[in-house]
Amino acid sequence: MKSKVASSHDKQLGGVTRRDFVKFCTGVAASMGLPLTVAPKMAEAVTSPQRPPVIWLSGQECTGCVESLLRTHHPAIDSLIFDLISLEYSETLNAGAGHQAEHHRELSIEANKGKFILVVDGAIPVKDGGVYCQIAGKPVLDILNETAPHAAAVIAIGSCAAWGGVPAAEPNPTGATPVHEILKDKGIPVVNIPGCPPNPYNFLSTVIHFVTFNKLPALDDKMRPKFAYSRLIHENCERRPHFDAGRFAEEFGDEGHRKGYCLYKLGCKGPETYNNCSTLHFGDVATTGCWPVGTGAPCFGCSEAGVGFDSPLFSKARVSFPTPPAQAPEAVPEKGSGAKSFAYGVAGAAVGATAVALANTRGKDED
Amino acid sequence: MAKKITIDPVTRIEGHLRIDCEVDNGKVTNAWSSGQMWRGIEVILKGRDPRDAWAYTQRICGVCTTVHAIASVRAVEDALDLEIPVNAQLIRNLIIAGHGIHDHIVHFYQLCALDWVDIVSATKADARSASALGQKLSGWRRNGYQEIKAVQDRLKKFISSGQLGIFASGYWGHPAMKLSPEVNLLAATHYLQALEYQRKINQVVAILGSKTPHVQTLAVGGVTNAINPDSPSTLTIEKLFNVKTLIDEVGDFIKQAMLTDVAAIGANYADWTTYGAGVLNYLSVPDMPMDSKGTEYQLAGGYIPNGDISQFAPIASQTDPVLYDNIKESIKHAWYDGDWDRSPYDGETEPNYTGYDYEDKYSWVKSPTFRGEPAQVGPLPHVVAMYLAGHAGTKEYVDSTLATVSSLAGTTVGIEALHSTIGRIAARVIRCAVLYDTMSVSWQALIDNIGKGEMDTFNAPVFPSGEQRGVGFHEAPRGMLSHWIVIENGKIKNYQAVVPSTWNAGPRNGQDALGPYEASLVGNPIADAELPLEVLRTVHSFDPCLACAIHLVDNKRTPIGKVKVL
Repeated sequence: MKSKVASSHDKQLGGVTRRDFVKFCTGVAASMGLPLTVAPKMAEAVTSPQRPPVIWLSGQECTGCVESLLRTHHPAIDSLIFDLISLEYSETLNAGAGHQAEHHRELSIEANKGKFILVVDGAIPVKDGGVYCQIAGKPVLDILNETAPHAAAVIAIGSCAAWGGVPAAEPNPTGATPVHEILKDKGIPVVNIPGCPPNPYNFLSTVIHFVTFNKLPALDDKMRPKFAYSRLIHENCERRPHFDAGRFAEEFGDEGHRKGYCLYKLGCKGPETYNNCSTLHFGDVATTGCWPVGTGAPCFGCSEAGVGFDSPLFSKARVSFPTPPAQAPEAVPEKGSGAKSFAYGVAGAAVGATAVALANTRGKDED
Repeated sequence: MAKKITIDPVTRIEGHLRIDCEVDNGKVTNAWSSGQMWRGIEVILKGRDPRDAWAYTQRICGVCTTVHAIASVRAVEDALDLEIPVNAQLIRNLIIAGHGIHDHIVHFYQLCALDWVDIVSATKADARSASALGQKLSGWRRNGYQEIKAVQDRLKKFISSGQLGIFASGYWGHPAMKLSPEVNLLAATHYLQALEYQRKINQVVAILGSKTPHVQTLAVGGVTNAINPDSPSTLTIEKLFNVKTLIDEVGDFIKQAMLTDVAAIGANYADWTTYGAGVLNYLSVPDMPMDSKGTEYQLAGGYIPNGDISQFAPIASQTDPVLYDNIKESIKHAWYDGDWDRSPYDGETEPNYTGYDYEDKYSWVKSPTFRGEPAQVGPLPHVVAMYLAGHAGTKEYVDSTLATVSSLAGTTVGIEALHSTIGRIAARVIRCAVLYDTMSVSWQALIDNIGKGEMDTFNAPVFPSGEQRGVGFHEAPRGMLSHWIVIENGKIKNYQAVVPSTWNAGPRNGQDALGPYEASLVGNPIADAELPLEVLRTVHSFDPCLACAIHLVDNKRTPIGKVKVL
């Protein structure tokens, strides 16, 4: 039995072009660092018959991940929805409500079986049969289990969906569970885009990669795209030279803080958090430094399981490689003290290493 | 015969909301509001460092991002009696106002407008007439024919693609849609422009807050933005002027496009000034502190019982005892064990889901009361309070908006029209303009302070042994917010957020009085019970935020076993 709407969807498969698509995905691809030689492949994707359908399910979320997409510029959310994808269902953005919206979701799944991208934000509560999050009288747990097998790809956006995030913080009162755990037994792989919320371009670039190349970007062992999560924040941090030289802010507003020194002693979790915040800043602002460390705020590891919403803000991070290699260039001290720099640099490195050695214990009660 | 309708999920809101209505003879005769998600953030906070609380509470909501962080640091500062440097207050004010403006713009255009504006009808408009109409209504520079025509072409292309996506389930052509194709097209044009301006004002939040949603520059004791005009790594003069430029760019859109649009919608839907009043006890708090102690505020607040403006009682500060002493929460109709009314300090909650029961418990949202009665919070109560307190900007925007509505509708529309569904929406737009004005004031004060050589942005908190209690208030985009904290020996002993959407979305209280959503729905017309657009209009006028409304407190740790992962 096929509904009218479903068959009209089928018909459109051969009809609608995506001419504008390439224009926008060039910009997005640029943010992924893709070479320009991918242009022919992109052109191929453009001839694909319709904007790829996306169904967005919300579990225990705060809508921050959806909100983050309102802040993007390339593409902006209107380009995303009008020109790039076909957003079939989103509780936050649906024009219709109640059974009109639910009905449309069901039709869309039916019409796009095996073709749609399923995006999930929020954790999935499993305690007490999933009653802690229900949509249209049904636990979101059941809706996810019904929907995911029909998806071409599942993307878990945000730390809640990727590894549990805030609702799963101790003592995890509702049994908040990440999406990949729920779908593990079904053998359905899930791409994780952690962050609270993640940089929206990490999500958009993943979607664009999938619809352009018809495959997912390379993923790490935690199923995170390597283009975004393969480096520690610490590795590309603008304040890294201060860390290596042992120059630290000890308190917000002190002299070191007001000179832009390293925030390690204030609890910065950059040394144990894999993300691209230090290279891909936030907000598309012409001004640089729109990211936590750039505004004097320590990273608290919001995207890293076992760090964000686990370690206290002011506890010191575990540092994997505290000692700079022997050949590392000496950090440049402030202007005016160049002649004395050699001695200063060496002494600073020693201070840095000591601070790190002292800081290797951590826990909920540590200051 | 009365018929019961259920709308679940209510969309274009934050979170998971279910609304049930009894409809008889084309009118709503009874209503139930039910929150459908629960996370237990306050349980998670217990035992943690009070300096960390804001990072967790901010995640109560990504739409109301920042507000739960602000209220949280204020609660801890209140408990410690800690003053914060004026620079920190001003930077916080800029973040709060920038976020509030974004929030109000997005609510008006992206979340609420589709209840009143028929996007499909806009494709049938004469673009030249729409442009001429726009230019007649206001001086907004982006009402030109070319831009409006481009929007119309884009809509036509989108609709002809057949892939309507989230717009497929809209209420296009519904008999309650009354705007002409030209007004619809003008509104659709501003719908797309609004996306640009909310992005710009968010850039202010990102520059000062490090990112958004979920800023990271707050700290108990101030902000992390270091000020040092002689360093490249701080809040530089370049950044400050970037902030100023962005603020200015957004002002014209709010004052010329948005205020005019809400007046045009109000005039065309004048009947909606007679529906949706609901609970008339109005509550708001002053905000935008300008001194380190929080005794001077840019914006006033107060209490108005039963819509009687002669009884307006200003609330002088966020530490006014009238607030501490009169706020209680009831759980009689919420899925928690027991039946009581208590101060948030002494709240105790154990989740106990018993299924949906109209007569008994039917929501995860609790019912707050002020002086034992439900109260409405939000831009409407705040704007009325500021108006009565004589705030010049508020008076100007209220009076000019009412004058525009009156001239368009051809009848005199007075301030009493604000007690309604459409009035609630108009008040939000007016508050957006008021917030915009505060940004220039806060920005100038910050520059003046830096010019005087004041660079402080942080006072370190010290946690004495023993117990301290504090409340942090904030007049957030959806209304009065308060976070209540009990600290013991430097750790969080109890924590509760009493949130705007809890006030408004709450179920019946301990005395079975209807909550504001519920009360405001009674009497609403319903043209087609299958397509209850009218219910959405009134519910959306509150700008629901359910992630905010539902959280949890308990002061005895709920015995929760380790959950076995499936």
